[in-house]
Amino acid sequence: MNFAMTRRVLMAGVAATLSLGAPALADGHQVVDSIHFLIPGGAGGGWDGTARGTGQALTEAGLIGQASYENMSGGGGGVAIGYMIENADSQQGTLMVNSTPIVIRSLTGEFPYNFSDLTLVAGTIGDYAAIVVPADSDIQDMAGLIETFTADPSGTAIGGGSVPGGLDHLVVAMTMKAAGQDPLAVNYIPYDAGGTAMAGLLSGEIKALSTGLSEAIGLAEAGEVRILGVTSPERVPAYDTAPTMMEQGIDTEFVNWRGFFAVPGLPEEQLAAYQEALAKMYDTPEWEAVRAANGWVNIHNNGEEFRTFLENQEKVIGDLMKELGFL
Amino acid sequence: MLEGILMGLNTAISPGNLLMVIGGCLIGTFIGMLPGLGPMSIIAIMIPVAISIGDPSAALILLAGVYYGAIFGGSTSSILINAPGVASTVATSFDGYPLARQGKAGKALTVAAIASFCGGTIGAVLLMIFAPSLASVALLFHSAEYFALMVVGLSAIAAFAGSGNVGKALLMTLLGLILSTVGEGALFNAPRFTMGILDLQSGIGFITLAMAMFALPEAMYLVLDPRRSDNDGGGEIKDLRITRAEARSIAPVIGRQSIQGFLIGVLPGAGATIASFLGYAVERNIAPKAEQEEFGKGSLKGLAAPESANNAAATGSFVPLLTLGIPGSGTTAILLGALIALNVTPGPRLLVDEPQIFWSVIISMYIGNVVLLVLNLPLIPYIAKVLAVPRTFLIPFILFFTLMGAYIGQNNATELLMLVGFGICATILRFANYPLAPLLIGFILGQMLEDNFSRSMQLEGGIGFILERPMTMGLLAFAVLLVVLPAWRSRRQRAGEMPEGD
Repeated sequence: MNFAMTRRVLMAGVAATLSLGAPALADGHQVVDSIHFLIPGGAGGGWDGTARGTGQALTEAGLIGQASYENMSGGGGGVAIGYMIENADSQQGTLMVNSTPIVIRSLTGEFPYNFSDLTLVAGTIGDYAAIVVPADSDIQDMAGLIETFTADPSGTAIGGGSVPGGLDHLVVAMTMKAAGQDPLAVNYIPYDAGGTAMAGLLSGEIKALSTGLSEAIGLAEAGEVRILGVTSPERVPAYDTAPTMMEQGIDTEFVNWRGFFAVPGLPEEQLAAYQEALAKMYDTPEWEAVRAANGWVNIHNNGEEFRTFLENQEKVIGDLMKELGFL
Repeated sequence: MLEGILMGLNTAISPGNLLMVIGGCLIGTFIGMLPGLGPMSIIAIMIPVAISIGDPSAALILLAGVYYGAIFGGSTSSILINAPGVASTVATSFDGYPLARQGKAGKALTVAAIASFCGGTIGAVLLMIFAPSLASVALLFHSAEYFALMVVGLSAIAAFAGSGNVGKALLMTLLGLILSTVGEGALFNAPRFTMGILDLQSGIGFITLAMAMFALPEAMYLVLDPRRSDNDGGGEIKDLRITRAEARSIAPVIGRQSIQGFLIGVLPGAGATIASFLGYAVERNIAPKAEQEEFGKGSLKGLAAPESANNAAATGSFVPLLTLGIPGSGTTAILLGALIALNVTPGPRLLVDEPQIFWSVIISMYIGNVVLLVLNLPLIPYIAKVLAVPRTFLIPFILFFTLMGAYIGQNNATELLMLVGFGICATILRFANYPLAPLLIGFILGQMLEDNFSRSMQLEGGIGFILERPMTMGLLAFAVLLVVLPAWRSRRQRAGEMPEGD
């Protein structure tokens, strides 16, 4: 049923584009003529999927006339940020996709820039974090994990798909700290990607894994892992048997957001047009199809809200990284 | 199972789906020949097209065609102009390119096509029969064993350490290992050796280094040493024929490497690149002495081994993807994304809940392999003819191809500067008779070696993991054997010959 729905929607979208009906269809509500999406990483990554999915939904819904894409790798995204700042005058038609690492990497000084050097357009989607164990593990909940951890901190290896001090590590540290444990005592084992980290968990090399919730849900539904806790304020409807950290008495909330940035000094009316296009996108069936297919969670933060959200995240992460000795 | 195969066949052999396979193979082959675009990028480009088809089986069949086509296309550029576009075809150029230089381009391409076909097909048969029971094999290896496996892979450099060259080969390997530490590793939250250059933060790009080490110095060599390119072999270049003796000698290699490659591909932390290096190293070291010397200079066995191994491994990597829902490589990670977008959730329940998807993936692999062979064998004479183009046109073409390859995936002009810089160094080393392949092997394996080594150290609290895990010990002992045994054998042979001479 779900599948048929998606297919119908997609087919309708494709038909509209193919029949060149888009301009006619768009007459009523096209907001922006065209958007050029700058993707700071290679084809096939999370940033790539976000930009292309958003562009697809916006064009198919007729909110923008045309979307084009450009992948610019290098410096973990830093090259693309530099490009936006250096070409501020000529790149006003460009939106760059980014996510939580822009905050982390600016803090560590790996980027000579900060998010506030760019024009904040909007945060559009997000993914909560989760801590999972293999389905056959003795550990049943967060209390069980903490018990195992206090008994043998260095023997309770917890892995993740990011560098120490990166996203997955910070989630573990944040959770342990909120549970009254010493975040520095965590034996965090880094893997180069989420997939290899998951293999490490299932092979028994590590006891628990810090990962994105969307990645964990698929494996939890297949009966391979148990989700111990989710960093969302309330249970996530897509998988509501997984408890939150909050309801287990661990005061942790965290979302790995993804959103869009424009060049510094973008004229007000153009920024408003971009924001309007993105805001209207949420109500379209085209977006719903893309969102559902990718398992994204709508977390919309517009303009100034986005700034407040990012500044808050920067402070939380910054304090934690200082405590962990990364700053 | 028979029921499943029939179900899969039924889906795959509809006219529409056959068209998908043929289209996918053609697109994959031609785009795959461009060095900058490996299977991963091509699949990423094709995903929106596949998803718009809507029918998951048809979409997967298209993507499988693209995948196999891209792997085959990548081998073509490795063989013809020494430009391996993806890490898993680096070993292909070790012997493929020398063969092409000897005027046997047609033969080399044919062997590559047949080895790929066999690797892919044997892999698909193994996947079909053993996939459910192999899920546990995929989880057998811990970081310690992966580390040991990389060490075995590193022993492939022995092929370039011929008499008097041992020191040079080791030096180049070390240089490669050092280059692999540039950038931000998976284990340290700090950039290393980037000298504050932002472009170096994600490390040196594989394509940039591969083009700089292989394709660029070769092109420069042709310009600076014209005598070498005179023996083009004339009309033989298009010749596809393989003699019966040759076929007999490569058949066991293909058989062994298809199985070994498949098993390595099943491991989520290894993949096609490791499989191709291991295949090359193992086949070289078990070959008879006379043939062993041929490796690296144009051995058909040396070409068949990595080609069958990397294709079988590509198929093997579907085991963790389909049975556990775990992507072991970049390409399978993208395929996982495509599957999810098509509302298919891979994992242990796929075979139970949606058997038609499982079987149509496997059947589409067979069909992809067959179509690829049928499409490409007649094309080989025309593809090989590229080398018959006069040098005044061919060399600028190779240079353009190389530069474009480094730029296309990244859209970052700094890559071009690095390519030229490394290329000049590599050309000098090439003239000084330093083998460049060990450098690239060291570079490719370096990061994985380091990651797995330090992960094991952290998990087991020290270097003791080498002694504590029998499988790690076993693999390391195997690596030592691979390097020491041939040397010992040849020394004994020499010692045996001496008295006879007296």
